[in-house]
Amino acid sequence: MNLYLKYDTYLACRKILQEQFNKFQLSYTLKSFWEVEIKEELPRTMLDELSSSLNSYGIEVVGNHKSILIQKIKDTIIEMVYMEEKLPTSKTSSYLADKLNHRYGYISNLFSEVTYTSIENFIILQKIERVKELLITNELTIKEIAWKLNYSSVAHLSNQFKNVTGLTPSVFQRIINKRHST
Amino acid sequence: MQNGLINVLLADDDEDDRLFFREAFEKIKIKTRVKTVNDGVELMKHLIKNGNELPHILFLDLNMPRKNGMDCLLEIKRNNNLKDIPIAIYSTSASEEDIEETFVKGANVYIKKPSDFGTLKKILEEVITINWQYQTSGLNREAFLLNR
Repeated sequence: MNLYLKYDTYLACRKILQEQFNKFQLSYTLKSFWEVEIKEELPRTMLDELSSSLNSYGIEVVGNHKSILIQKIKDTIIEMVYMEEKLPTSKTSSYLADKLNHRYGYISNLFSEVTYTSIENFIILQKIERVKELLITNELTIKEIAWKLNYSSVAHLSNQFKNVTGLTPSVFQRIINKRHST
Repeated sequence: MQNGLINVLLADDDEDDRLFFREAFEKIKIKTRVKTVNDGVELMKHLIKNGNELPHILFLDLNMPRKNGMDCLLEIKRNNNLKDIPIAIYSTSASEEDIEETFVKGANVYIKKPSDFGTLKKILEEVITINWQYQTSGLNREAFLLNR
């Protein structure tokens, strides 16, 4: 005998979630099909158990609040560094806190904890990448680049460039030009 | 970084250096799989052989018998299948000309072989981390130049 089946995936998933969250004795609200709000803060171990339990049904916890915030921090920094005209002159700490609606101390600790690097280092790296890009396209003088990216002077920019890459901006530019001409 | 092993290939004719290098990679946080070859001829054979996985980064000694590092660099850059492998020159020489020439020929990283283990570990960790950023975060690979 063959049985022919028809599925209501939405209902099935809701049922599974209900069973699972009950099993862990969690009160929850389905905010959308993709987002579940749990009333209390889960300890790490419990979150891991819940994730692997859901996993056996093909349901994956794709991110938690932390990893989403980390991505937002990175995106905000990159957006800031690539702003058309000029980097904001306000302190980056208050800029990030404003944009992300969190205290800077919280953002900064979280970032270091998860990425093994600091926000400050990440910003420096992104700024230097931007400097390189502007050096390669050759549209701006180094003085203009320093102004655009809020370096206090050309010397300050050059020092940071040298610290990060091991090369001075002019040697970097010469190498790229030579590569293009060979 | 979180996902998977990073494949590292080292070409160096000095046995002590190879050992030193392997040990340093065992001690760093990022998980790597290290393969070593003893000279340039062996390196090119390994890279060209079908079925061999290409490394995420190649560390290349400049002074090797049979075929030296500079010749390997040129050959790799001329080969369409190999030209995108990030290359870190790993050399005892620290002359400005050597450094600039290898960069112009397409190397991404220049490491002056350090004499102590701690420094080597620190440099390798930094190189692997930055290399990973270039491979995964959409940074412009052409601009990947690092001198240590």
